[in-house]
Amino acid sequence: MSEENFKLSRRRFLQAGAVGTMLSAGYSASAIAQSDTPHLSDYQPEYFTAAEWDFIVAATDRLIPADGEGPGALDAHVPIFIDRQLVGSFGQAADWYMEGPHDPNAPAALGYQSPLTPAEAYRAGIAELNTWCKENHGAVFAELEKETKDAVLTSLEKGDIELADTKGANLFDLLLQNTKEGYFADPMYGGNHEMAAWNHIGFPGARASFREWVGIEKPYPLGPVDISGKRG
Amino acid sequence: MARKEKKRDVVIVGLGWTGSILGMELCNEGLDVLALERGGDRDTVPDFQYPAIADELKYGVRYGFMQKPRNSTVTVRRSESETALPYRHLGSFLPGDGVGGAGMHWNGHTFRPMAEEFQLKSYVEQNFGKDLISDEMAIQDWGISYQELEPYFDRFEKVAGIAGQAGNLKGEIREGGNPFEAPRSNDYPMPPLPQTVDSNKFADAARKMGYHPYPRPSGVASKAYTNPYGMQLGPCNFCGFCERFGCYQYSKSSPQTCILDALKRKENFEYRTNAEVLKIELAADGKTAKGVTYMDANGEEVYQPADMVILAAYQLHNVHLMLLSGIGQAYNPATGDGVIGKNYAYQTNGGTALFFKDIDFNPFVGNGSNGHVIDDFAINRIDFGAEGFIGGSYISSGTFNGQPIRSMRLPGGTPKWGAGWKSAIKEWYGHSMAIGSHGSNMSYHTNHLDLDPTYKDKYGRPLMRMTFNWKSNDIRMTQFMKSKIEPLAESMNPDIMQSSFKKEGAMYDVRPYQTTHNVGGAIMGSDPKSSALNKFLQTWDVHNVFVMGANAFPQNIQYNPTGTVGALAYWAVEAIRKDYLPNPRPLV
Repeated sequence: MSEENFKLSRRRFLQAGAVGTMLSAGYSASAIAQSDTPHLSDYQPEYFTAAEWDFIVAATDRLIPADGEGPGALDAHVPIFIDRQLVGSFGQAADWYMEGPHDPNAPAALGYQSPLTPAEAYRAGIAELNTWCKENHGAVFAELEKETKDAVLTSLEKGDIELADTKGANLFDLLLQNTKEGYFADPMYGGNHEMAAWNHIGFPGARASFREWVGIEKPYPLGPVDISGKRG
Repeated sequence: MARKEKKRDVVIVGLGWTGSILGMELCNEGLDVLALERGGDRDTVPDFQYPAIADELKYGVRYGFMQKPRNSTVTVRRSESETALPYRHLGSFLPGDGVGGAGMHWNGHTFRPMAEEFQLKSYVEQNFGKDLISDEMAIQDWGISYQELEPYFDRFEKVAGIAGQAGNLKGEIREGGNPFEAPRSNDYPMPPLPQTVDSNKFADAARKMGYHPYPRPSGVASKAYTNPYGMQLGPCNFCGFCERFGCYQYSKSSPQTCILDALKRKENFEYRTNAEVLKIELAADGKTAKGVTYMDANGEEVYQPADMVILAAYQLHNVHLMLLSGIGQAYNPATGDGVIGKNYAYQTNGGTALFFKDIDFNPFVGNGSNGHVIDDFAINRIDFGAEGFIGGSYISSGTFNGQPIRSMRLPGGTPKWGAGWKSAIKEWYGHSMAIGSHGSNMSYHTNHLDLDPTYKDKYGRPLMRMTFNWKSNDIRMTQFMKSKIEPLAESMNPDIMQSSFKKEGAMYDVRPYQTTHNVGGAIMGSDPKSSALNKFLQTWDVHNVFVMGANAFPQNIQYNPTGTVGALAYWAVEAIRKDYLPNPRPLV
């Protein structure tokens, strides 16, 4: 089967699902997930300052853009997820060994060696990156053109922009990892709004019961559920 | 001044698989047994129950059931010349935390090593010559044979409820099992589970190439089962939340599902959680232990006297406690003297990913022990002399989970972010599989454990320092596996194929998860000059201290360690019951 035909067959299948012919498990339109979380534009960040929030919104929007099929990071409310993670145990490095001495020049293969918690590394890194953007492009990151934003992120990823203030923490790696987490984690953490990222790839979320599908080589017919019991 | 508790017959440090086994068997002997577990209590309900357990972020990514480095970690360096730095957050390996230990969050792969692996040094010398063992290598025989251990493998498989297919039943080769395994006295207590799409395709391709696929021996139940302790398992539903998770279905073998509820009913058993043992206290002559000192849940130091101490913590912690307590002489790599900390080893793994545009694998349909395995390139199938390395691997394929944060396999060259990434995850999620090699790792004089000179834990004790790097023998072994896996993968006609095997010069990297199969450091053997424990896992120097776990492995086997850890625990406790208790003394 060619790639084109494959996609066509998937689309036909999904259309069939939408009118209910494949879904005999008691689905109704009213059971589709409704959001409890505020819309992104109404959300009041708990950790980020206004300037930091502008950066997070702008950067995650480039890491997973809205264009093309499937939700972008903003559709999925990824910034809300990251903000909540940074006020929680992850952001505070609650589980990590943080005793010194710290060697910011340690080989990368020896792992995280910064004295900063992830929340502190975001704060220091965003400020330094915005300063860099002003010096090199005349405006903070959030105010740059799409192409410039992508170029800045690429330079950051490659290490061409060095952020000394993070003391060895890698802002790009943290941001990309947390963005993907917020895209795919259960919606109770604030991202993956309406399970859109699970729907995009065909992951059934917290269904967690598949005995009758073992060894069956055809698309699984049911959409996702989340831990709260909502259907996506 | 530490509070002093009432003396017990036995104190067990750690309540995972081996602590539970020793607890049960010694309680059955009528002894008064206390287990001290430094983590919290955990049980199927409420800790593993549905739907809260189906949370990839909390358990799969943030390591909800794992040891917290803030409470306990190691430092790592790749050579004597490097400064070891703390393993500040988890990556390469994931020791467990709390009741059940790593035995509750594992995948359940339950193998027996090949008979040759227990006499590896002798096997190499006799078949390929002494010269093949390089000067840097520290491999040893275990001081025990497969034949001696066989009844105890059988016992552990029955308690844990392992599902599988015998390949060699008392010398008779059986279709569908592993024909290269050592003889078994009994078949597995449960038949194999059904297999996922990738596993079946791999098995078909392997058979076409003349190999011998068999279902992976599985600590995941295929049917309703009651074990010798009266504990009941139910069949797995392939929920896809296995490794790093507790099982909500009572299907995965664990101390919780196989031992603990029966053990907790015994009046002569007690366990305390959030009770971290700081030191084993020795008598003035250093020849026996008097008990242990631990920190209780309220932060109060407690002296717990006991007639016997069983170290049943994770491999790293058993070695750490021996170093901190002065049991046995610490190993010095410069002189070769000492035994505690020597022969630390890991696992040499690699793999090839295969992408198929037109196949729906449904990767969320999985269990931790799913898969077919071939042993056609296992340790007893390779001419080490001709190939120029010592070791082997099993090769397998099977889906454990399709959780999208940590199991998003994409073709090489796919953008890591941006529109290209977003379209690729839709295009490729559920359209790939992998064939992996899981290989031995030899021991070397320079790969070892000792106490770190700089970094301390929250009690002010030195962290343990791991000095470890990949060595060329094991790189050659894994490259050999690449040369066998790639033609097999090609025969399946994937649209895209990509391999990841360590190359010459590879340096150990603590960041990506590799495996929680840390072994050695307090090894068993037949000579107190070259081993920490005798063949009954009794410390050579302090006869009322026995040490369970993979720290006993003189080098790493090509298989997952738990089957061997369980068998060794049953073997050791039998010696304690029948030989040691009537006359406490050094058994060798």
